[in-house]
Amino acid sequence: MARVDVRRVLVTIAAPALALVLALAIASLALRASGHSPVDTARAMVTYARRGSTQVLILNTATYYYLAAVAVAIGFRMNLFNIGVDGQYRLAALLSAAVGGAVHLPRPLHLLLIVVVAVTVGGMWAAIAGLLKAYRGVSEVISTIMLNAISTAVIAYLLTPGRLAVSTQGSNNIGTRLIPVSGQVPGLDLIPGANRQVFGFIIVSALVGIGYAVLLNRTRFGFDLRATGRSQSAAVASGVNVKRMVVISMALSGACAGLVGLPQLLGASYSYALDFPTGIGFTGIAIALLGRNHPVGIALGALLWSFLDQSSQILDLEGVPKEIVTIMQGSTVLSVVVAYELVRRYSQVLEQKRVGLALGQTTGVTA
Amino acid sequence: MSTEVAPTAAPAGPRPRVRATPARTAIAALALVVLLSLVRAISGADDLTSGGAISAALLLAVPIAMAGLGGLWSERAGVANIGLEGMMILGTWGAGWAGYQWGPWAGIVAAVVFGAVGGLLHAIATVVFNVDHIVSGVAINILALGATQFLSNAYFAGRDGGSTKQSPTVDPLGTVSVPFVGDPLASLEAHHWLLVSDVAGILRGLLTNLSWITVLAVLLFPLTFFVLWRTPFGLRLRACGESPTAAESLGVNVYRMKMIAVVASGAFAGLGGASLALAASSFYQEGQTGGRGYIGLAAMIFGNWRPGGLAGGAALFGFADALQLRGGAAIHALLLLVAVLVVLVGAWQLRRRRVVQGGVALACGVAVLVIYLVTTTVPSQLTGSVPYVTTLLVLALASQRLRMPATDGMPYRRGEGG
Amino acid sequence: MTSEPPGGPSPVAVRLTGITKRFPGVVANHDVNISVRAGSVHAVVGENGAGKSTLMKILYGMQRPDEGTITIDGEVVTLGTPAQAIAAGIGMVHQHFMLADNLSVLENVVLGSEPRKGLRLDFGAARARIDEISKAYGLGVRPDAMVEDLGVGERQRVEILKVLYRGARILILDEPTAVLVPQEVRDLFRAVHELPGRGFTVLFISHHLDEVLEIADEITVIRRGETVATVRPADVPAGQLAGLMVGSELPSPQTRESTVTDRVVLEATGLTVRDAEGRLLLDHVSLRIHSGEIVGIAGVEGNGQTQLVEAIMGMGPLAEGTLTLSGEDVTAWGTRRRRGAGVAFVPEDRNRHGLLLEAPVWENRVLGHQTQAPNRKGPWIDRAGARADTERIVREYDVRTPGIDVTAGSLSGGNQQKLIVGREMSGAPRLLLAAHPTRGVDVGAQAAIWDHIRDARAAGLAVLLVSSDLDELIGLSDSLQVMLRGRLVAEADPATVTPEQLGSAMTGATAAPGTASSPGAP
Repeated sequence: MARVDVRRVLVTIAAPALALVLALAIASLALRASGHSPVDTARAMVTYARRGSTQVLILNTATYYYLAAVAVAIGFRMNLFNIGVDGQYRLAALLSAAVGGAVHLPRPLHLLLIVVVAVTVGGMWAAIAGLLKAYRGVSEVISTIMLNAISTAVIAYLLTPGRLAVSTQGSNNIGTRLIPVSGQVPGLDLIPGANRQVFGFIIVSALVGIGYAVLLNRTRFGFDLRATGRSQSAAVASGVNVKRMVVISMALSGACAGLVGLPQLLGASYSYALDFPTGIGFTGIAIALLGRNHPVGIALGALLWSFLDQSSQILDLEGVPKEIVTIMQGSTVLSVVVAYELVRRYSQVLEQKRVGLALGQTTGVTA
Repeated sequence: MSTEVAPTAAPAGPRPRVRATPARTAIAALALVVLLSLVRAISGADDLTSGGAISAALLLAVPIAMAGLGGLWSERAGVANIGLEGMMILGTWGAGWAGYQWGPWAGIVAAVVFGAVGGLLHAIATVVFNVDHIVSGVAINILALGATQFLSNAYFAGRDGGSTKQSPTVDPLGTVSVPFVGDPLASLEAHHWLLVSDVAGILRGLLTNLSWITVLAVLLFPLTFFVLWRTPFGLRLRACGESPTAAESLGVNVYRMKMIAVVASGAFAGLGGASLALAASSFYQEGQTGGRGYIGLAAMIFGNWRPGGLAGGAALFGFADALQLRGGAAIHALLLLVAVLVVLVGAWQLRRRRVVQGGVALACGVAVLVIYLVTTTVPSQLTGSVPYVTTLLVLALASQRLRMPATDGMPYRRGEGG
Repeated sequence: MTSEPPGGPSPVAVRLTGITKRFPGVVANHDVNISVRAGSVHAVVGENGAGKSTLMKILYGMQRPDEGTITIDGEVVTLGTPAQAIAAGIGMVHQHFMLADNLSVLENVVLGSEPRKGLRLDFGAARARIDEISKAYGLGVRPDAMVEDLGVGERQRVEILKVLYRGARILILDEPTAVLVPQEVRDLFRAVHELPGRGFTVLFISHHLDEVLEIADEITVIRRGETVATVRPADVPAGQLAGLMVGSELPSPQTRESTVTDRVVLEATGLTVRDAEGRLLLDHVSLRIHSGEIVGIAGVEGNGQTQLVEAIMGMGPLAEGTLTLSGEDVTAWGTRRRRGAGVAFVPEDRNRHGLLLEAPVWENRVLGHQTQAPNRKGPWIDRAGARADTERIVREYDVRTPGIDVTAGSLSGGNQQKLIVGREMSGAPRLLLAAHPTRGVDVGAQAAIWDHIRDARAAGLAVLLVSSDLDELIGLSDSLQVMLRGRLVAEADPATVTPEQLGSAMTGATAAPGTASSPGAP
């Protein structure tokens, strides 16, 4: 019975496609309303995305979007909503940048140290929410929102001269001490002819994706995690220690979140400064939803999102407000979740019908 | 979601419940004033109870309170709403957009309408399409940010005083004061007498130079209480949050009630946005909300999903905000206040034989006290986190006493209950 | 009131004609025809899952029929929502109470039909009206109590008051006795007996024949979603009625050779469980189960059976007490470790505790047995092993499914139950905790499950059997314990005990005669 059910596959693909069409329609309407041509806008974006250097940028942003989305997805699979990826990765990036900038070690050790610090900080920060949820019954949605704000305050406090920051010459930006070469990840020449290099960290991203897939689908731990996500009560009865599971999976999600800042930190900026990218955690939520928590789906979602982000840079030159892309991203998320819900309901009915038909059984069950 | 065994049909006596009667509330408020006064006298941080600080606290509390009221309406009807931030953003933009063209009152109306549109979107997603409430909220926050940025680009950029991130200036809304009390209170306050000057300062802050939005916001609290707890409409709305199947079985149109509640929720958040754009400043600015939608949610949880408690939470967060803005010794003195309060909570917990919670609270209180004694200032960066830390502590230490609507955040389909 | 034609027999208050209701894959009701005379108590009986509840939901406007008509007092009506049903004079006391815990009794009662004074809800008028009805029918309901503070009997009276408050003339009582202790049942029956005299028509839903024979003027039997017959209780003996209900003779579990050994498998001493408020849910329960022994727990649901089973599974915190498994102290063990040591578990609520409804059937085979062969290879899940063994269960336990890749939620309840029993019997367990193992399964499957349990017992399995089906308890158990208010209050020998004796022990009547609570008797 392991045959592929064509109808079910179609239904699965239909949802994101439907959502994309809807989002495109909304964006087109907004463009039309403000007196721009949707077709020209799209053409400009695609043309811009054809350039090698744009493609490098798309891959680079997708690298950290992917990590953020996987971090969120780990929580989702367990029915935990880690809104705190944002705070987790920023705190992790700051502290690992500070540690990385403070030491000189041989490259593998140096990199390992930075990664370990980032993973540990992210994991521990997220574990606070996990502990609160497991032992005090505090909703992780609320606690991670609070922890995001707290981490913003802590970062502002730490990132001042005299604590972790040093002034950058020739600007009013301040940041952590530069990570020496031994702690940097060299870029890759993946796109021929581009004048930029792809983050070497993209390999780590891909490994994390594979690890995520294997862990969830093939291991006992992953089975327990998914079981808990599907039905906590059934998981308890099956012997899963749900409290421990909540803490572990939250910490795991946070550990993955801890990696989010590293592609940028080790591949481009080498320092955590005031202008370090923020908000990737929230993007991660959107992409995880878009990709249905599936490792490949998330990758596609990350690339799409990243394409929209990067190719929108050309729009200002074309006289089109590039915020149109944000509208499109927002409406994609909303329509994607609506579409998935509709598809879920439809396929449930489909499956019940299928079972009913296969058995020719027609009576004897109350709703 | 808890793993505890649900209490079954064991013989149940009425549980002791501490109800917030008017007398108890008054006593608590009085005690707080006395405490503030003592802390002020000991620390010498006069700003703690100055009219200016209280006035600023009130102004800053209003947006939080309105977001909280929005959350209250929505969650009482069973729809979790973390899209409040986005609805508030829509409100600030609407206030700026209508405000600079047709005056501040039009700005208020537009803010309410824009917020309500955000609410409507959330309602359609969660009630009609049964989308996960948190997911929808996140999407709305993203969407609202993008939409306002796009709209600013189209409507504000190039206008006089406007830019892609800011609306042109809106005329001031005007303020109102209770007549004949300002000067006497100010002079009383200037004496720095224990208790007397403190009360005078607090009253001066609460009674003079009030923005009309503040007045409106304050009035919405008794109104909300009346509507939700004293009318048939309110009963039906709350029933949808406690047991939608029961409401459905008695002929209540659960979908409609939830829709109304969530749209109203957006309208409140929009009004909160208006207070930021029109009272706390005089234009829309990108990022103006600064996460206040989330703080409003926190204030609502802090207030145990009740208007009175929410008002208290909003006041507390507004006060912390105000002291932070005004800087100086007051924020350091706040540490002393927090230390005393937490120690009191710990002592109370210990009396109720909750050894662990009481012990933790006591230890926290003592730790804060030590920090107060060995430091002279609080780093300004950290004071912004006070509302968040407070909320986390409240949730961690008092979660058993919180009672959220029984089906808050859960999906509901007609005809699937029972 | 019904408009009664002078001189004629009492007219029909409710007539259901040709009602058919399909759900995806199943037909819950097929061509159901029922006529209920005004001023009568009309019972609808059928097995669990026969389609009674669906039918009543249709009559109460909560489900729409796909075919058929409903006639109230001679007029064809469309009941699309409960509001329309209420307007037509129909009221329903639901099996699972439709009450909001965090609202007061008053608020629960008036919800949807609130008395108004201007914009306000007129609390004074509501309170007066509730007191009035409560007195008139002897319900003893306190309007200002919070529902969460009420016991089960009291909650049911609030439900009845809700219906009366709306001026319903046609009352549907859906399995009203399921949650009551016999004393309360007697009080309820007294109240129901009075209703026709006051102008009410009562539809009484039950699967207990004795109840129905005692209370009804007419009885309609439903089997597999279809009306089988409508009879008067005086006209048919109980055995024949039972035959109508199940379509064949009642499968009666027989007595057989004892296989009880002297090896103690489970020894529980002083098990005590408290809820968050410190109330005792399980009160110093001690019991011992030997290899090859089935110990049955009788009791009205909600008297601590759930907590007992969960305590032995290690699913909830234990306030006091110790547990040993074959002499080894397992008190501190988690559920997983206990399962690993050979404790199997058929939960009472299969949707909540037994299955992952959205996961495929084969993953449900793994559930609860993640650490055991053939599902496991080191830290990995052995997919091939688990799938092969799932095929075996499907075969041996006759689980009707098109394959092992469909979701468990799309199977019918009976097949889900067979899957669970099959899974739990796998891997040669030492101890089986079976809570209502045959609930919701058809008669044939019931007999098969009983046989499986008996076979395992003969092979040395120790079983703790919790059930509300007295026949099942008496037929399977080697010894019986009666549970009341969290305590084991009596012991009985299944070979000699009668259902009547058990029933009175379950109410505490034998332990302390005459002191059983009788709240608010009319």
